[in-house]
Amino acid sequence: MIAERLSRPEPAALDAADRRIINRLQDGLPLVESPFAAVAAEIDLSEGELLYRLERLRDSGVLSRFGPMYHAERLGGGLTLAALEVPETDFERVTAAVNAFPEVAHNYRREHRLNMWFVLATETPEGIAEAIAAIEAATGLPVFNMPKQEEFHVRLHLPV
Amino acid sequence: MSRSLSITAPETQAEHRLRALLETGLPLTPRPWRTLAEQCGMSEGEVMACVQRWQDVGLIKRMGLVVRHHALGVCANAMVVWNVPDDVVGELGRRLAAEPAVTLCYRRPRRLPDWPYNLFCMIHGTRRDRVLAALDEIVERQALQAIPHRVLFSLKAYKQRGGRYTREDDSHDRRTPQPA
Repeated sequence: MIAERLSRPEPAALDAADRRIINRLQDGLPLVESPFAAVAAEIDLSEGELLYRLERLRDSGVLSRFGPMYHAERLGGGLTLAALEVPETDFERVTAAVNAFPEVAHNYRREHRLNMWFVLATETPEGIAEAIAAIEAATGLPVFNMPKQEEFHVRLHLPV
Repeated sequence: MSRSLSITAPETQAEHRLRALLETGLPLTPRPWRTLAEQCGMSEGEVMACVQRWQDVGLIKRMGLVVRHHALGVCANAMVVWNVPDDVVGELGRRLAAEPAVTLCYRRPRRLPDWPYNLFCMIHGTRRDRVLAALDEIVERQALQAIPHRVLFSLKAYKQRGGRYTREDDSHDRRTPQPA
């Protein structure tokens, strides 16, 4: 996980059926005994082909996740977006230090003085402050904590 | 704190195990609920009822997939941040969220003096110039020329995975909601 580099992978080759699958499943899976058969029928595939393609998409890294989308806060967990101003010369060390924390779910380098942005997900709301303190200790840098105060709902769908 | 947990029945060991299993993803089998049921000692019907209940109370938003943008060549992932007067941030947030190009939109705290921006939205695209063109259109359409904003493209993704909120080896007690 720590050494994971997702910077510039070759874009996956998706055919029309893969795109139908991804676009359809971004809207969710029906809660029925044979959900894949139901979805396959909707998008003109067999159940076996849908499952085979999903497995391939998952294994090739196109899908980072196939399963429940949780409401972290409602699970009693903590979630926040945080940023660091990392000196260029120290970027590699700080990246390794930050990614070593299991609470770090996403970590992106971005174009700004605050150049490292990561999502923290913890089991309890108090866990956020603990994780931030630990990251500050490990990196020697102040963490800018920017938890969401209000979510404006979008239709979560990225057509591919 | 664990507000919504308190409106559900206390979670059984089997349910806790189901949630931990689900976090690793849904089994890609013709009867995924039955596969999960076998793994956590419940019946297929119990698993489905449990997932339905979690959806009803909002613990689970939906069953779906998350696309790893970079793997699809969606490399231009722009976080657009705005410094919006507090009295209009809610209204502008709703307007931005309604824009088709916007995939996420949140109000977050400013961190002065380093960070004056209080409204965050994401725009994804296959190319940087298209993302910027989409942003220009939004600024134009929503008449946001006077609102200071910055575009922070992602240069590199160092880590991308779903959150883990349940530890499989957790004792059940740790997740029991505390009395208010």
